Amino acid sequence: MTAAPARLTLEGIVKRFGTFRANDNVSLKIAKGSIHAILGENGAGKSTLMNVIYGLYEQDGGRILSNGKEVRITDPREAMALGIGMVHQHFKQVNTMSVVENVVLGLPGRQILNLDEDRRRIKELADELGSEIDPDQPMWTLPIGTQQRVEILKMLYRDADLLILDEPTSVLTPTEIKAFFVLLEKLRESGRTILLITHKLDEVMDLADRVTVMRLGRVEAELEIANTTPRELARVMVGRDVVFDIQHAPPKVGDPVLELDEITAVDDRGIGALHGLSLTVRGGEILGIVGIDGNGQGELAEAIAGLRSISQGRIAICGQDASGFDPSERKSVLKMGYVPEDRQKVGLDLDSDIAFNMVLRSFRAPPFSKYGWIDFKKIRAHAVDLAERYDIRMQSVSQRVRDLSGGNQQKIILAREIEDNPKLLVVAQPTKGLDVGAIEFVQRTLLAQRDQGTGVLYISSELEELLLVADRLAVIFKGRIIGDMPASEATSEKLGLLMTGRELA
Amino acid sequence: MFDFLIDPVQLANVLGTALRLSIPLIFAAMGGLLCERSGVFNIALEGQILFGAFGAAVGAFYFGSAYGGLVIAIAFGAASGLLLAVLGITLRVNQIVVGIAIILFATGFTSFMSRLLFPGGGNSLKLDGFSNIDIPLLSDIPILGPVLFSQNGLVYVAIFSVFAVHFVLFRTRVGMSIRAVGESPAAADAAGIHVFALRYACVIIGSSLAALGGAYLVLTQVLLFSDNISAGKGFIALAAIVLGRWQPSIAFMACLLFGLFDAVQLRMQFDQPDIPYQVFAALPYLVAILALVGLMGQANPPSSVGRPYDREMR
Ligand SMILES: Nc1ncnc2c1ncn2[C@@H]1O[C@H](COP(=O)(O)OP(=O)(O)OP(=O)(O)O)[C@@H](O)[C@H]1O
Ligand SMILES: [Mg+2]
Repeated sequence: MTAAPARLTLEGIVKRFGTFRANDNVSLKIAKGSIHAILGENGAGKSTLMNVIYGLYEQDGGRILSNGKEVRITDPREAMALGIGMVHQHFKQVNTMSVVENVVLGLPGRQILNLDEDRRRIKELADELGSEIDPDQPMWTLPIGTQQRVEILKMLYRDADLLILDEPTSVLTPTEIKAFFVLLEKLRESGRTILLITHKLDEVMDLADRVTVMRLGRVEAELEIANTTPRELARVMVGRDVVFDIQHAPPKVGDPVLELDEITAVDDRGIGALHGLSLTVRGGEILGIVGIDGNGQGELAEAIAGLRSISQGRIAICGQDASGFDPSERKSVLKMGYVPEDRQKVGLDLDSDIAFNMVLRSFRAPPFSKYGWIDFKKIRAHAVDLAERYDIRMQSVSQRVRDLSGGNQQKIILAREIEDNPKLLVVAQPTKGLDVGAIEFVQRTLLAQRDQGTGVLYISSELEELLLVADRLAVIFKGRIIGDMPASEATSEKLGLLMTGRELA
Repeated sequence: MFDFLIDPVQLANVLGTALRLSIPLIFAAMGGLLCERSGVFNIALEGQILFGAFGAAVGAFYFGSAYGGLVIAIAFGAASGLLLAVLGITLRVNQIVVGIAIILFATGFTSFMSRLLFPGGGNSLKLDGFSNIDIPLLSDIPILGPVLFSQNGLVYVAIFSVFAVHFVLFRTRVGMSIRAVGESPAAADAAGIHVFALRYACVIIGSSLAALGGAYLVLTQVLLFSDNISAGKGFIALAAIVLGRWQPSIAFMACLLFGLFDAVQLRMQFDQPDIPYQVFAALPYLVAILALVGLMGQANPPSSVGRPYDREMR
């Protein structure tokens, strides 16, 4: 292994944004034909480093060596010429264009377009990868897993032999992840080198040959997978021991704070998504909703939040029929907190600053505004206070939310929703894209809320996570709850059966 | 009031006028469409028509030839495009603001300079223009023949520009890149496309096209220069782009429609001298507004239009 020559070497890479050092003297050696994982907290500078390698960000210092030769990569074109390809954390694709157009985009060729040959080759490549892709489908109509396949195809189409994958598994369902791993193994066997960024320790342990751990823009450690443990990785990554199993006292259950009675709703395409779904959440407990992605979880959360209308059934929040209340009234009057799944689109105003996002729903009322005047001083003070308590990593509260890393964006929503003292808290995939330290923090926060008497509805596709924090688990399948049990009686096997639609005898 | 619709000779007359009036719109709309497809708002079309008209007058006056006018008109258009590109693409100034600034500058600059350069003012010029080209046989077809096949060269150039813009955008590799840059510059950049270079090229070529609209007015219609000769055509062209949903062929038809209404209202002014002519003159604008209100909901502009690209911004 160690004898393999280095495909890529980084020496002392520095990248600054203003005065902030997102990468601070990063050195790295990636062996040819290996899977090299990069691990690190949210905001550690992983994506920044990858963007430097790919030529999208210009480094402020340091050297890059490709196959032992020093290179300057100031543009993605140069990266491609060196055989470097990248799938970005947020895909870079033209949604209105078709698969084939996206793949050939930017490639040289005859001016007059004739993509028949490309179509054929894309089909062939897709076959080799073991996936079915219609080259003429517009990108936006594809499920996210398929879009990712297209992104990978795009790299292979350009004959890339060093593949950079920035958090590829955070958008995939557990089944898709399995297929994806098979694909990665195949790519490694074909001699390609893979740089894999992920937050999931078990993925690193299963797949990678070596791992580099980053923290606060620096390399904290570089380890051989064979000589390390998940626990060690987690410790190096967050700089302290991470508690993997959280102890919690039995719940003190109160009155129902959420009652769903036979609700029915359709998805964005107008196809039935919820079919007479019923459930109850009581104050002081965490009800986990488990299920394979796409069984109505998203629609369920939106229906409760008032963002999706229901055609039948009844939703009651804190004993009151919610039908007459719009989303903002559900929050202010009915005392519901909501952490949406798509934080970038629904939960945050990315181009506003942190302070404003913290009061996104409350800035109109005292104490943040009086007689129609907004008190910016109070808003800032409030934000500084929350940022400290929720450990939000930033430069200042007047920074744009867009510039924060994903985990820190999530913490802003969480802080905002919890500060309102909700009686019901609906959280959808709250740990997606978060590092282990941040996940632990989110879980602790939710448990603390529960201990104060808040009822929590916790929707997630991470089974392990739900088994850890939920008091009760309900399995959602095809828009219905088909099983319900206390967490103490739940096992992965039992839930696994239910999740695929098989009722328990 | 609508008698002219029944009489074939009068009808041909109105149709001919309609085509003539729509030509500047077509030039400007195709130019603006190219800019917007690449992700740059060009609301300066009005000013660029004016620059083109002025440039045409200057060129034709000093070189004593219509072709000289054409060259200078294009040079003025390209220069105004370069200005828009430097400010709106490289320096990332708000493109709407830049557009308005260019219009205001064009208005002042052309009025002032025409008094300075042309003895007796632009109105007293008698410039060399382009004459009509009769296409043999076809121009003899009754009614339609003279309308379609007995026009000056710039008319054919305008119609050709529709095909050209459509062909480039949808049938060539550069065109695909242009569309990608207008939709998602970040994706295009990551795919290895020169985002800035393409935007510059589109804006400069598009602005030159718009200037041809002005050259057409001066070199084929009036053969002189008068202040504010563009008279709102650039704004109508903007409406045609939206109505045309950023498709050259539909935008072309929208231009023809606006031209037709303009011709009809001119005819009605002429027929109804006792009604104040302003009532009729407002007609094309009214149609533009109504058409936009009626169809606005379905229009989807290129997603990144008006947003300067910055690679290191998230
Ligand atoms: N374009 C930018 N402008 C300003 N600051 C930036 C920019 N990009 C990143 N940063 C900052 O640099 C730091 C590193 O960000 P980066 O996206 O590399 O983190 P990451 O390790 O990929 O995190 P995550 O796991 O959440 O994706 C963050 O603090 C972020 O706020
Ligand atoms: Mg990242």
